[in-house]
Amino acid sequence: MYQLLKQIVKTGIKTEAAPPADDALRLLQQRLHEQILKHLGRALAIRHVDAGSCNGCELEIHATNSPYYNLERLGIKFVASPRHADMLLVTGPVSRHMETALKRTYEATPDPKLVVAIGDCGCNGGIFGENYASCGRVANVIPVDVAVPGCPPTPLAIMQGILTAISK
Amino acid sequence: MAFKELGINAAPLKGAMPTFRASIDAGELHTLCEKARSQKARLVALWGSDETTRGGGYALHIALAFPSGLLWLTVPLAREHPRYPGIADIYPSADRMQRAAYDLVGIHAQENPDHRKWLRHGAWPGGVFPLRKDFDIANCFPLAEDRYPFIKVEGEGAHEIPVGPVHAGTIEPGHFRFSIVGEKILRLEERLGYKHKGIEKRLETMTLEEGAKLAGRISGDSTVAYAWSYAMAVEGAAGGTEPPRRALALRGILLELERVANHLGDIGYLGNDVALSFGFFQFWRLKEDLLRLNAQLFGHRYLMDMIVPGGVAKDLSKREADLLLDRLEKIRVEVAALKLIYDEHAGAQDRFIMTGQVLPELAEKMGLAGFAGRASGIKHDLRVDYSVPPYQQLKVQLASHTRGDVAARVSVRFDELAESIRLIQELVRQLPSGDIRVPLADTVSGRYGVGWVEGWRGEILIALESGENNRIHRCHAHDPSWQNWPALQHAVIGNIVPDFPLINKSFNLSYSGHDL
Repeated sequence: MYQLLKQIVKTGIKTEAAPPADDALRLLQQRLHEQILKHLGRALAIRHVDAGSCNGCELEIHATNSPYYNLERLGIKFVASPRHADMLLVTGPVSRHMETALKRTYEATPDPKLVVAIGDCGCNGGIFGENYASCGRVANVIPVDVAVPGCPPTPLAIMQGILTAISK
Repeated sequence: MAFKELGINAAPLKGAMPTFRASIDAGELHTLCEKARSQKARLVALWGSDETTRGGGYALHIALAFPSGLLWLTVPLAREHPRYPGIADIYPSADRMQRAAYDLVGIHAQENPDHRKWLRHGAWPGGVFPLRKDFDIANCFPLAEDRYPFIKVEGEGAHEIPVGPVHAGTIEPGHFRFSIVGEKILRLEERLGYKHKGIEKRLETMTLEEGAKLAGRISGDSTVAYAWSYAMAVEGAAGGTEPPRRALALRGILLELERVANHLGDIGYLGNDVALSFGFFQFWRLKEDLLRLNAQLFGHRYLMDMIVPGGVAKDLSKREADLLLDRLEKIRVEVAALKLIYDEHAGAQDRFIMTGQVLPELAEKMGLAGFAGRASGIKHDLRVDYSVPPYQQLKVQLASHTRGDVAARVSVRFDELAESIRLIQELVRQLPSGDIRVPLADTVSGRYGVGWVEGWRGEILIALESGENNRIHRCHAHDPSWQNWPALQHAVIGNIVPDFPLINKSFNLSYSGHDL
């Protein structure tokens, strides 16, 4: 226990500043009322849906919870069910085998809701594109508010996308 | 040339790894596989191909690992009703691969007790096969309902928990059907294929050069291993193009950096899963330090697109090499201190020990691959088994354990992490001078190439056949998760449901690499 506590003290606080919102990432105009945004900005619940990615974007979503980025300090946390979520964070080209699951997850998320598509594949289908097994970009399947490019996008870029979606 | 272990004629293939190829009749397949199994040869992969555009029918391909190298067996099959005797009775891991080969190419494994579809859900109908040459990649069928008959467990108090495809955490999609009584798991049945996005078909629309980028996105956490494997296969198919020695050493550095990053992240998560969130924050701090270093030195946090056919895309200057050594040494010292904390943490060890056990006998039978196999007494590691550059002079230490539980997998991961840091340090210190890339010779149609690399999760295979104009005729990518997913079903039996995430994370298998 002594070693553990010593390590915590020695490490100190590593968290860095959060990035500003960037309107260039928007696909849709802000759909939410200002009153709602005021609340979401302080307590946002996110459901992540991997709809067919290579798993690269997931690595960076995990990293947003690491001590350097510490997304949760902004009142933003990942939840286990779409029914608890305000926002869906969707990665991948949407595989056709995930099309139904993604639509159902979107329907299960209570209104008002936001969708952020993550990564080049989520933005435009990426290297996989559209084919017999792939629907391509997320916006081909559900409405997308903000799309974050990158292969994969950095944790800061992902945070920026999330913060843009809940900005005025 | 005779392949001595099986007593058949096999031609050596050009390329970095010792590889041989032979064509056999379907009638010989079962006996040869039995003979191979009796000599402890491992089944690495099984796949199908369409040869109708070349005047043939279809073909079944099997890759077996022997001490002298990899044997790639091809079994030509008829154009009408292509079928072969299944080998899942000899190699249980062949079951799902045979079903996938049917879904994609329409070749049928006879006498296989399980005839359910595997990678096909509702995106294309039965009787239609996407990897056949007459199937257009853009051919979009209306989405049909996916009916899949799970095996039911019945009895007093037994009930089911269906989980997925959308999971509770930030994880890839798949479906787990638990049959439980109380909290105890009686049976787990997996259903995968949700991420199938037509990677192998897409590769057939690409040139050998273009395929490298896609190969690096088969499974994002293993991008280096796949890119190297693919490059090795292309270099073999191009008549044995040899990358410069400096490029090979750099590839070794990149692969070990990938191994270190993945083990750091998973060891952190394994702490988190047993309520030691301290471990998550500490190891993810170190992982982030490493990812930032990767970005600084190579321009990409996960080292994507760094390995290209013919060599590597980015060199390491003396100053950068010194920086790498300095930062890695810091990580090494911190990991050693954290390992002591993990080892002495009674709460964590109590959850780790005897949880999710795969005993050596079962591991051997199922062909458990990679570090999970090594944690269950299977002493194989391509970096140790075959003396090829850049590993031949490094005397790679094989990490091993026999208890096969979560604790054993954690222990092997810690050992491999430390060993990888040592390997990188050695490779950087002995970095040969010279070029980092050579041009690739033009290849002709019908050339074979094999890429076979020990990724952090286990052995990754790329089996490639060239087509006309430097294009790809068929490229099969195999992830070790094919072997390990079925073993996970066994590992959880008798454990409690809340330990499933822990057991699952201790393996951390790939969905994307499996579903293709």
